[in-house]
Amino acid sequence: MGERVVKLPDVGEGIAEAELVEWHVKVGDLVREDAVLAAVMTDKATVEIPSPVEGEIAWIGAEIGEKVAVGAPLVRLRTAGESDADTPAKASADVGAQPVEPEPAREPAADTAAEEVEPKPARAPAPRAVPVGAPPRPAGERPIASPAVRGRAREAGIDLRQVPGTGPAGRITHEDIDAYLREGPAGTPRSRLAPDNTVEEIKVIGLRRRIAERMELAHARIVPITYVEEVDVTALEELRTKLNAEKRADRPRLTLLPFLMRAMVTAIREQPMINAHYEDEAGLVRRFGGIHIGIATQTDAGLLVPVVRHVEARDIWDCAAALNRLAEAARKGTATREELTGSTITITSLGALGGIATTPVINRPEVAIVGVNRMAVRPLWDGKEFVPRKVMNLSSSFDHRIIDGWNAAVFVQRIKALLETPALIFVEG
Amino acid sequence: MNEIVCSLLVIGAGPGGYVCAIRAGQLGIDTVIVESGRLGGTCLNVGCIPSKALIHAAEEFEKAVHWSSASAPLGISVSAPALDLRKTIAWKDHIVGRLNNGVANLLKRAGVKSVHGRARFRDGKTVAVETETGVQVIRAQAIVIATGSEPIALPDLPFGGPVISSTEALALTKLPKTLVVVGGGYIGLELGMAFAKLGTAVTAVEAESRILPLYDAELTRPVAKRLKEIGVSVLTGTRARGLSGKGDALIVDTASGEKRIPAEKVLVAVGRRPVTDGWGLEEIDLDMAGRFLRIDDQCRTSMRGIYAIGDVTGEPMLAHRAMAQGEMVAEIVAGRRRSWDTRAVPAICFTDPEIVAVGLSPEEARAGGREIKVGQFPFSANGRAMTRLAEEGFVRIVARADNHLVLGIQAVGQGVSELSTAFGLAIEMGARLEDVAATIHAHPTQGEAFQEAALKALGHALHV
Repeated sequence: MGERVVKLPDVGEGIAEAELVEWHVKVGDLVREDAVLAAVMTDKATVEIPSPVEGEIAWIGAEIGEKVAVGAPLVRLRTAGESDADTPAKASADVGAQPVEPEPAREPAADTAAEEVEPKPARAPAPRAVPVGAPPRPAGERPIASPAVRGRAREAGIDLRQVPGTGPAGRITHEDIDAYLREGPAGTPRSRLAPDNTVEEIKVIGLRRRIAERMELAHARIVPITYVEEVDVTALEELRTKLNAEKRADRPRLTLLPFLMRAMVTAIREQPMINAHYEDEAGLVRRFGGIHIGIATQTDAGLLVPVVRHVEARDIWDCAAALNRLAEAARKGTATREELTGSTITITSLGALGGIATTPVINRPEVAIVGVNRMAVRPLWDGKEFVPRKVMNLSSSFDHRIIDGWNAAVFVQRIKALLETPALIFVEG
Repeated sequence: MNEIVCSLLVIGAGPGGYVCAIRAGQLGIDTVIVESGRLGGTCLNVGCIPSKALIHAAEEFEKAVHWSSASAPLGISVSAPALDLRKTIAWKDHIVGRLNNGVANLLKRAGVKSVHGRARFRDGKTVAVETETGVQVIRAQAIVIATGSEPIALPDLPFGGPVISSTEALALTKLPKTLVVVGGGYIGLELGMAFAKLGTAVTAVEAESRILPLYDAELTRPVAKRLKEIGVSVLTGTRARGLSGKGDALIVDTASGEKRIPAEKVLVAVGRRPVTDGWGLEEIDLDMAGRFLRIDDQCRTSMRGIYAIGDVTGEPMLAHRAMAQGEMVAEIVAGRRRSWDTRAVPAICFTDPEIVAVGLSPEEARAGGREIKVGQFPFSANGRAMTRLAEEGFVRIVARADNHLVLGIQAVGQGVSELSTAFGLAIEMGARLEDVAATIHAHPTQGEAFQEAALKALGHALHV
């Protein structure tokens, strides 16, 4: 019979001792390799100490609640065969000339978990037997790994010092890197929270690529000014509700957008530079008579902007019908090229997700975009008291190279006035 | 002349510089390389390659001389062999020329632009190159300094006249009758032994108490023995004072007083120094580490965008270190994550017999506070070595006692330089003694001694 001393491993950086909180074994118990012997607690974590070998518990070195110094003997195990027969140093001693030394005496006190608990390297290691938070090898010791493994770790941003090695002499294998990527640092199963180091490469192609390129150009070229204003749409909502309730069966349901589109027509007549394309490379502004409003629409494939043409020539119902048809076509992917190009100004609305304010990106070469934010009932002061009103913000961006802040403000204020007194939308001239 | 604008500029086309440029070209980086001399640097033109050519010629000649004596055991006889050193040197130059062209072609194929001339920094992003046709300004996002090293001159023995460096020694077309080699390091002894074999009376002068002081005494002993055999007289603990008045002898100080050694040529090989002047270091004021440029583990200097590789960055001044650094820097410039984390840089001394050292010697390993196991296997017990008349020497392996991780491998013997590949691989892969011992080493080869050394460290060598 041999004897094996299990010492308290170095359970974490800078920790000199740990409190024994639980014994899983008592004297006389037979334990298998990797069976948990005890649990110790540091100010950082609770660590389970596994048995390095199969054997019988001969002696227990501490009471529960007692502080145990790192390197102090915790348990003595009676094992089959010679003492420490399965350490590599010993394996050759029978043929070597050196006298057999007792292993524990030769090991420095700072021996760590990895060395202590690891069975002889040739044997398949127990799964994740390294305790929580403990580095897999003594501090300052260089991890052993082939150049390919080292390179892979570097590319993946893994610090090899944190990776337990299951190969001979604690060598880190490709499988160890796989395990680390999958499970995170050793021992984390306790918390179930593990860092996810996976990286998925997604090719930016098709519509996404076009969106990216257009956004990049818009960001690189345009100097945006974003103007946010609050609009009281209580009256408009009353009108809309009434119109929807009494509409003819063949007419579409009205949303807020047709009103906004018609209000924009009026506002644009007074600020015609807003309805234009700035061909910056040619140094040319193309001001349009026709008002073709792009409607930013989220589809499964990404952002599309179908265009309602000649809004100046459409009434509210016509606008609503065109909106419905185009949105449907865009979502189904049946919108034609003509229906997706040629806008002179754009509206973006995220509906219920509209938020309080946004900074819409101008649809180049246009010079303005009107963003619709979420409608909500808010208290407004009417001069005497707070009254509940339906309020919505408009966040509009303008290309400051062409549109001055003053013109932008006048434009938005005009829309606000029209929407707050919706009858004005229907007054010609 | 139009300014060249590029992503990467490499200054110096030695093994570090040209490898860096080729790799950068492969990675699609717009790269320019500047060289004032011939492509290939010290290594290819006046170092590794030409010296190996001369050493090989000397070995062959010495063999022929040996066979012509009656005592040779192989049963081969030749009549008095003669040497035409002019032809030997022409052959050497031809090899160098082929390699020069090879490097030029590799650079061209990788899409690297070569500029011939002396480069000088104007600022951290701009270099002016004096070319034959005028000053060429090159502007680069990243610059790699690979200016290499040059032989150190002794103040009392400046180069010129009979005092030569390794460069001139490799270009001698007339064999000197007498040669004194100042410096018992690898450069001096490699060349000294070659000249001795060619027929020159060679004396080696070393200030330390033994030759090749950077290797342990056990490794150098077979070399010392062979030096004696081929008639090189070695004076250790001896300092060169200067030339005699007539310039036909070297005056040295020995323990027993002053001595005069007749010398047609004096080869000064006392080491190499980094080339840190002549290219505008003062313009960019980089941090130094002693005589060398200070670099981090990514070969970055103290100035952003400026890298340094090879001999100008420190010891060991070896071509393969420079190449590895060059390749790494090219990948870093290409945006890859790389850092210098090799476990060992093999060092070889091409004396007769050759010495290889990879990783830690037993002494170094012990100094690190490790319990170690050492296994040493002599070539005298190796069949292949016996049949090659190469019984001198051994392979030695150093491993950790606790987990048998191989820490270092050394060998001395004929042709052991080729074993450096196996030694390096074992250490980089993190081999244990058991791994080396369990790898079949083909029989009959000298490489079997490597396996046997591992077995011996494990306590069960088969053939001793």
